[in-house]
Amino acid sequence: MKRFDAIVIGGGLVGSAIAYGLAREGLRTALLDEGDVAYRASRGNFGLVWVQSKGDGVPHYQRWTRRSADEWPALAAELLARTGISAGHERPGGVHLCLSEAELEARHAMMERMRTQSGNFGFEYRMLDHRELADMLRGLGPSVIGASYTPYDGHANPLNLLHALHKGFVERGGSYIPNTSVADAKAAPGDFRIAIADGEIGAPKVVLAAGLGNASLAPLFGLNSPVRPQRGQILVTERAQRVLPMPTTTIRQTVEGGIMLGDSQEDVGFDTSQKPSVMQTIAHRAVLSFPWLRDLQIVRAWAALRVMPPDGLPIYDQSEHFPGAFAANCHSGVTLAGAHANVFAPMVAAGALDASLALFSAKRFDVPAAA
Amino acid sequence: MFRLRPEGTPATIAVIVEGRTIHVAAGASAAAAVLAAGFRSIRETPVEGSERAPYCMMGVCFDCLAEIDGVPNRQSCMVEARPGMQIRRQIRARKVDPSPQ
Repeated sequence: MKRFDAIVIGGGLVGSAIAYGLAREGLRTALLDEGDVAYRASRGNFGLVWVQSKGDGVPHYQRWTRRSADEWPALAAELLARTGISAGHERPGGVHLCLSEAELEARHAMMERMRTQSGNFGFEYRMLDHRELADMLRGLGPSVIGASYTPYDGHANPLNLLHALHKGFVERGGSYIPNTSVADAKAAPGDFRIAIADGEIGAPKVVLAAGLGNASLAPLFGLNSPVRPQRGQILVTERAQRVLPMPTTTIRQTVEGGIMLGDSQEDVGFDTSQKPSVMQTIAHRAVLSFPWLRDLQIVRAWAALRVMPPDGLPIYDQSEHFPGAFAANCHSGVTLAGAHANVFAPMVAAGALDASLALFSAKRFDVPAAA
Repeated sequence: MFRLRPEGTPATIAVIVEGRTIHVAAGASAAAAVLAAGFRSIRETPVEGSERAPYCMMGVCFDCLAEIDGVPNRQSCMVEARPGMQIRRQIRARKVDPSPQ
């Protein structure tokens, strides 16, 4: 049996960021990637590094997201220096466009709640009216009443990030094992054996980062990851000269010039098909926001499945039955990559999750039995 | 770079490639017209500005992007040449005019 210091199950953005961080900590790490039979959320996402709407009523999630966005520049610079691959990260701030007074009011109320909840940590936001916004964003449509802005938001190229993490992981001595499903797993405290196609591998630590696959893997390790799929659809235009200086929640222009339009939230199970009615809604809202988008050709469109915990917040746990087994699940693999590589992985390497992550435990889903 | 096959369909359709009149066979694509005109590339990429020529000629590779009758970034291999069609090379990213109409 081949032995490692840690085995990460799941080669998407969550698993790759953690595996990269573990390899950097000096752990001999194996990264198992299932292959194209998996749902591959990391190959279908929108690419925001997004802070402003995360964590209303959940200050610890607000802090965690912000921390990750703060780690992003260092991670991107390190990956570029070590792999030559740019993750295309920019942090110009971001806006959420509101197309009605009701939307704007609700948004303002939410931003103010988040500021209050942030306490001394602070939450710097501004509400912009149409005129202020039109000065920032050329060609803003008259239907846009206003927007919320924070300086924390940004975006990146998720495929380049994934490529850079894989390359950086291998370059730091990690063992990337592609096209590999977990056939069987044996768990004991600090002793995990994973059966894969060409034998068994073992390690004192295992990290479950298999996205939707965690739901069935977690119980084998005394963990709980009740995640479900949520479909999102995206449209992409032809490349055009850069016009948009910053991303909005649903419209962003990539470094290369293509404009991505999202993002639907559909509960349809494991169905990755596209629906014209949803695509129409996405395009319609985009054209109301920026009428000049009307002239651009859509060159690609796809649907992918978010990895959604019941309350939408990440799940981080270490198994009580089998210490050494960790779970990491979230729908924000791009945004949280900074925290996963630079904060979460060192905790796993040290053998204990920080108390600040305790609130992300899946224990929050266990309702105590009534007395 | 390319010569038309002498036994091929006669070149009867006149299109305009970068201001020059070029004759191609009925049914030929706009991309074929650009190749027949002798250009070594049909576009310059949006980011690096490096040259590209039509490659797959079947609508897959997107390397034959050209401005056809004023519409930028068209896949010229999928567009049939028509008499009088104006074809220009696609130089880097297409322009957009975000000013209110």
